[in-house]
Amino acid sequence: MLPVDDTTMSLLLAAVVLLPLLGSAAALLPAPPGLRGSGPEQAVLRHGVTVTGAVLAVVILLALAFDHDHPEAVQAETDLSWIPALDIRIHLGIDGVSLPLLVLTALLTFLCALHGYFRKPQGPSAQGFVALLLLLEAGTLATFAVLDLVLFFLAFETVLIPMYFLIARWGGAGRAPAAWKFILYTLLGSVVMLLGILLVGLRAGTFDMVALATDNGPDAPALSHAVQLTAVLAIGLGLAVKTPMWPLHSWLPDAHTAAPTVGSVLLAGVLLKMGTYGFVRVVLPIAPDGMRTLAPYLAGLAVVGIIYGSLACLALVRRGAGGDLKRLIAYSSVGHMGFVLLGIATMTHTGVNGALFANIAHGLLTGLLFFLVSGLKERTGSTDLDQLAGHTGAALYGRAPRLGGVLAFAAVGSLGLPGLAGFWGEMLALLGAYEPAAGLSRPLFLVCMAAGAVGTLLTAAYLLLVVRRVCMGDPEETPAVVPPEASVFPEPAVPAEPAVSAEPTAAPSPSERAWRHALPDIRAHEFAAWTPLIVLTLVAGLWPAALLGLTDPAVQHLLPGVPR
Amino acid sequence: MTVLAGGPVQSVDWLAIAPPTIAALTGLAALVADLFLPPARKRALGWIAVGGLGLAMLSLLPLLDGDRDTFCLTTGPAACGYVVDQFTLVIQLLALGGALLTALLSTAAVPEEELPAGEFWFLLLSSAAGAALLPAARDLATLVIALEVVSLPAFALVGLRRGDRLSSEAALKFFLTSVTATAVTLLGVSFVYATTGSVHLATVAERLPEADPRLGTLATTGVVLTLVGFAFKTAAVPFHFWVPETYVGAPLPVAGYLSVVGKTSGLAGLILLVVLAFPGHDHVWAPGLAVLAALTMTTGNVAALRQRPERRHSAVRLLAWSSVGQAGYLLVPLAAAGAGEPAEAIGATIAYALMYAVVNLGAFAVAAHQSAAGAARRISDYRGLYGRHPLAALALGFFLLCLAGLPPGVIGLFGKVVVFQAAVDADLGWLAVVMAVNVVIALYYYLQWTALLFRPGSERQVVRSDSQSESELGSGLSGPHPAPAPGPGSGAGAGAPPRSGRFATGVAVSVALTVLLGIALSGAPQLVLRFATGTLL
Repeated sequence: MLPVDDTTMSLLLAAVVLLPLLGSAAALLPAPPGLRGSGPEQAVLRHGVTVTGAVLAVVILLALAFDHDHPEAVQAETDLSWIPALDIRIHLGIDGVSLPLLVLTALLTFLCALHGYFRKPQGPSAQGFVALLLLLEAGTLATFAVLDLVLFFLAFETVLIPMYFLIARWGGAGRAPAAWKFILYTLLGSVVMLLGILLVGLRAGTFDMVALATDNGPDAPALSHAVQLTAVLAIGLGLAVKTPMWPLHSWLPDAHTAAPTVGSVLLAGVLLKMGTYGFVRVVLPIAPDGMRTLAPYLAGLAVVGIIYGSLACLALVRRGAGGDLKRLIAYSSVGHMGFVLLGIATMTHTGVNGALFANIAHGLLTGLLFFLVSGLKERTGSTDLDQLAGHTGAALYGRAPRLGGVLAFAAVGSLGLPGLAGFWGEMLALLGAYEPAAGLSRPLFLVCMAAGAVGTLLTAAYLLLVVRRVCMGDPEETPAVVPPEASVFPEPAVPAEPAVSAEPTAAPSPSERAWRHALPDIRAHEFAAWTPLIVLTLVAGLWPAALLGLTDPAVQHLLPGVPR
Repeated sequence: MTVLAGGPVQSVDWLAIAPPTIAALTGLAALVADLFLPPARKRALGWIAVGGLGLAMLSLLPLLDGDRDTFCLTTGPAACGYVVDQFTLVIQLLALGGALLTALLSTAAVPEEELPAGEFWFLLLSSAAGAALLPAARDLATLVIALEVVSLPAFALVGLRRGDRLSSEAALKFFLTSVTATAVTLLGVSFVYATTGSVHLATVAERLPEADPRLGTLATTGVVLTLVGFAFKTAAVPFHFWVPETYVGAPLPVAGYLSVVGKTSGLAGLILLVVLAFPGHDHVWAPGLAVLAALTMTTGNVAALRQRPERRHSAVRLLAWSSVGQAGYLLVPLAAAGAGEPAEAIGATIAYALMYAVVNLGAFAVAAHQSAAGAARRISDYRGLYGRHPLAALALGFFLLCLAGLPPGVIGLFGKVVVFQAAVDADLGWLAVVMAVNVVIALYYYLQWTALLFRPGSERQVVRSDSQSESELGSGLSGPHPAPAPGPGSGAGAGAPPRSGRFATGVAVSVALTVLLGIALSGAPQLVLRFATGTLL
């Protein structure tokens, strides 16, 4: 812990929110002399890296200065009056729940900016790209840093606009409808959420999250049960769209498939977390009674999401299904976020800690997976599993061993191998479901736990199949597109007989052979961008106490009166 | 003067009545100056009008204490016909500011659409004078006269486009419906006068509840009929039929003027009537206004939703219908005033009206710029505006998001929140729900338009704008100083001048002003939201 006084802490936190906002505006201005670089595009992309790097540095400083002995206390607090008429205050602060998410956001955005610097985004203008990226960062960081309900809503909404444009302008095929679907779903959810927030704020007389949480202890709730129930329904709906919870998830696969790499990484790594963070920060402490009534339904839907996500992935990974890797990871996100929701629905310390842990783990691993898939696409020009894999598999182990190795690592981490980050969150969520909070039906949660356990098996199945089809295989085989209708039933593999079934006449040209053989392995900048994610995955897996030590006291503070 | 103090002659506080007077005198000056100015220099008239309106706004400064009144009865009960209080000042600021922005917009439109300059400026300033007089009026006669001073010039303004069939048809439609509404109002006023024997609002409020029970029906009918005319001005359903046609037919700045200043006048009249004159009859007007609000917002938003972007004039039509929808939100706190705390409810309406004035005039300003560039005024013309004119697209996007109530249009969001709060506080839960549904409906069409701005342009437009886009990307809107306004003034006689995509000076200033105001309000919403807590009346 660095010795930093309170004022500096609050200034640091304010800087975290303001820096990217100012950087976003500055990105639209022409570069000042001396910083022009080799061209306007390069200059603005470098500006993006600089600003996100500075934000990351400040966040790390904040994390070091954070009082780790009292993570339940709100630190680095700023509390200014903004709109006295509505009693809305600019209230910033961090505790053990928000700090890890702040670090994750700053890290992933920085890596995305780095990625953009080395791989020029395919789209209209680099200026707009950087400005939107920074605006997105400002919105997400603000979401995790504010302690006023209305500000939370504003920050939550701010994120939509840059993400919409990132998908609509820099995306791939089908981007316009995907972006429109994304914004319609999330906006409708947010409007309902706003109504819930207004209900809470107007009934309780304050929008301050800290005050609301302490007012609504189990002893003397300030809000009646009916109000709490309505509030949980309304706020929960908005958050559930964002998370996304089955059956409100259908915007996610399209958005992920169409989004550019940076968009996908941030969408999965950071934006989805805003939904679950909202559950932990807003719904659980402010309306515990309402939550208790609705928790079984949330658990049920979460488990359906787990099973549904894994089954959808299993369907996509089949040979001939024409599955897209990005779409597959998107569905896997639905499953993973199901575990997070299940953990929250148990309303126990164990479950909520597990949820927060799974949040971070999913951010790290899915971010890494999307980076890897984009690297794969750069090399092979496709993310279509059938095109990649051909008959035997894409054989990354043979053709680009390091890339294949990292991909396998990410997949194994994602399926929850003990010792990597993915394990603890899901384990704790299931453990929480084994003994849910008082007042919740234990048999129901036991069923949910069993179903969730089956879900982990299915998850392992499809991720191993992905590894099998992408990393293994025969490096000598020529790429042959498998006609989708011809191979609904998996054909017996035809080893080492190039293109027998698909194109009997065309002998593989030398260039195709060369394509098949040589894939450039991990480049230096990719290595630099992925290493932090790999290292953190290992650290979180091997030393979970580092994270749980932060979240647990904060969760105990947010959920008073629960024994576990 | 001291001699007359006790006599029957009323003394006049000239300072108090300065704002409407200055506006009216400037109008006359413009009309006279028009006779002496050579055609080439008629543009000066516009700047005279702008200056006059600016002066009228400055004349609000000495009145800031808000404790003056004039035209008071010298005998009998203490009652004044003209009162300057905080409410008056805010509405006068809104009316004169709105007129000023309209005037700035018109400096380009008047020569371009070949409107007769002297008449135009005279009519606009007269109407503005009426709008400034109306909130200060505290007796029924002044109120009705002020309302007529607002509307009569407006009919002429709408029909001023010579040789345009649409324009004259719109004017006629507007005129006939409006005159009917005025007649109904006058009938109502006469009933109220017959019941109470007074036209002063305070006296009416005192005597109306104690009136002879046999006159009860007459009083109730009088209250309802009086309100009808003012509801017409706010374009509340079912008095809204004139709106789309009139907006399409009118010169665009005039449409903006009607949607903001015209609407505010009606609203101010309604507020004065329901809060000051008829507080005892809240069981009559409160439910009526609630139903009116619900109907208005639903009709407006559903109709706006149904606009096809490819149709001619769809942009103006959408703005027209959306302004009907917004009128519904403005009426919600009025309906709540009957059940809850009137001062706070009125404050919510005022706060919303101020927000709406800035944002809607901004949207009309960008539309004025755009429709000058391509006259069909289709929404689909806005496709890819960002590529052609980034600053205009950003400004319009901001205004539309404000109207929708989404960040970064924070002020639009909070405007809706205070209105919503007023409804909830008055236990009008159903109205709050209707409003929420309407906000969602409106989101759809505002967002669709906003998204269109940033789509890649179609082939045709790309070709047409290629030559412009390069110069525009760099220059854009940077205040009034650079880039002398191209074409419109000098080319007035020689047919429609070919417009480049650049802003004319007046349009640029008004867009810049509204954007700055909108951003300032979004950053510090307390500037207008404080009215929602304070007492205005």
